[in-house]
Amino acid sequence: MPNAGDLLATVEHYRLLGHPTDLQGHIATLGPASLPSAASRGWRQGFVAMVEASGLGGRGGSGFPAAVKLALAQVGGPGGTVVVNAMEGEPASDKDKLLLSRAPHLVLDGAQLLAAATGARCVTLCVPEGRRHVAAAVRSAMGDRVAAACAPVPEVLAHPPDRFIAGEESGLARWLESGRSLPSFRPDKGVALRIGRHGALVHNAETLAHLAMIARTGPEAFRARGLPEDPGTSLVTVSGAVEHPGVVEIERGTPLIDIARRALPTGQPQALLVGGYGGAWVGPEHFATPYASFSLRAIGATAGVGVVVVLGRNACGLAESARLVSYLAGQSAGQCGPCVYGLPAIAADLTGLARGEADPGLLVRLDRRLREVDGRGACRHPDGAVHLARSALHVFAADVTAHAAGAPCEHAGRQMQLRFPEAAPRARP
Amino acid sequence: MIRILVDPVACDAYGYCAELLPEAITLDEWGYPVVDGAPLAPELVSAARRAARDCPRRAITLRERKSGH
Repeated sequence: MPNAGDLLATVEHYRLLGHPTDLQGHIATLGPASLPSAASRGWRQGFVAMVEASGLGGRGGSGFPAAVKLALAQVGGPGGTVVVNAMEGEPASDKDKLLLSRAPHLVLDGAQLLAAATGARCVTLCVPEGRRHVAAAVRSAMGDRVAAACAPVPEVLAHPPDRFIAGEESGLARWLESGRSLPSFRPDKGVALRIGRHGALVHNAETLAHLAMIARTGPEAFRARGLPEDPGTSLVTVSGAVEHPGVVEIERGTPLIDIARRALPTGQPQALLVGGYGGAWVGPEHFATPYASFSLRAIGATAGVGVVVVLGRNACGLAESARLVSYLAGQSAGQCGPCVYGLPAIAADLTGLARGEADPGLLVRLDRRLREVDGRGACRHPDGAVHLARSALHVFAADVTAHAAGAPCEHAGRQMQLRFPEAAPRARP
Repeated sequence: MIRILVDPVACDAYGYCAELLPEAITLDEWGYPVVDGAPLAPELVSAARRAARDCPRRAITLRERKSGH
């Protein structure tokens, strides 16, 4: 195991960002990844125990414990691959792009460690087609690692299409298998993913970077930051009504409003969108909520993919939400009826509401649609849209009452505060 | 304890299931089945098996669950 004392003397606190980007500097500062030349059973057991002791939760959206995912993995043997998920289809998230540009070796070290621990024979890093700068940074890093013999198993780069749904892990595995980004219906959680006949272990890029750091510092340094129930640091992209949008590294448990303040809000926020476009709105009464899985769940939100969007005063939360759900509807993989028909219907209801054009039955109908669509897709895509819409009805309840009575929002029709990819086309899956 | 599972990818809204088993399956406004989460009453199990068998898309499966909720 690595010499934790020496490393912590040079890095002071556990963190992902702020280390040298190039391989030479990476190794000089953090030391080489503690990869065994031939992974013995003892080393593997030690690695599993270390991941378990760290309490690391996945940083790609679900917060699934990394140790459990490792225990379920069936990737040993020829063809087995560790998939680095850097798809980051979430329009408000930049953390994985930043991480691959600033710390590509940390991410790849994490993938190599997992390959050694599981017996996988390959690392496949997925960056969407068209993200040239990120792809170039990764390609250059991979070249350096081959030259310096830092890649015990081959590292390859793949470019799935740039769509919101393409990063859903079963959809990503399917794309690697057949070239189609289609999520699978998986009623039995815990069934290992496969690419054809071979096993696949899919992890978000940030999760892997944490694994690479934890392997160097030991689990205690990771746990020294954040909360006992939800330890470590997290990358969060802050945007919206702020002067300095961007990615910040925060300790788990940091109050939501303090995360927003790191990006200098332009005024008192009206609400925060937490977790991403399939996340939830949080109103001022919950601004002090700690950014941690359990406390966010308690207020009906989720840490999701690490996104905080600040909604300023001069915006209509309902109009923004209608646009959000329309966007999510357009990003459906198009496989499941409740998602294909339900999300556009919910978006239309929200749009009607925001415009002050609600028919008398709208609120009752919308409530029924939200209940009926929830949980009825193969993946969680429609659930995210439903939860977002529900949180909007709750947080902007005063606006709902006013608009339902026929008063359109004074801010509706203004430029939206949330950002969307240009004309997100409903391309082939 | 038996529960009904609908594969939403396979389902194409034929709606036969809701006709064969209206006690447990209704259709949403677009014709896709909504399964009520309640435990399936024993006297409905044979109708549920028929709904599973007769689904043109083979989208319905019955699962044995160890204990009720």
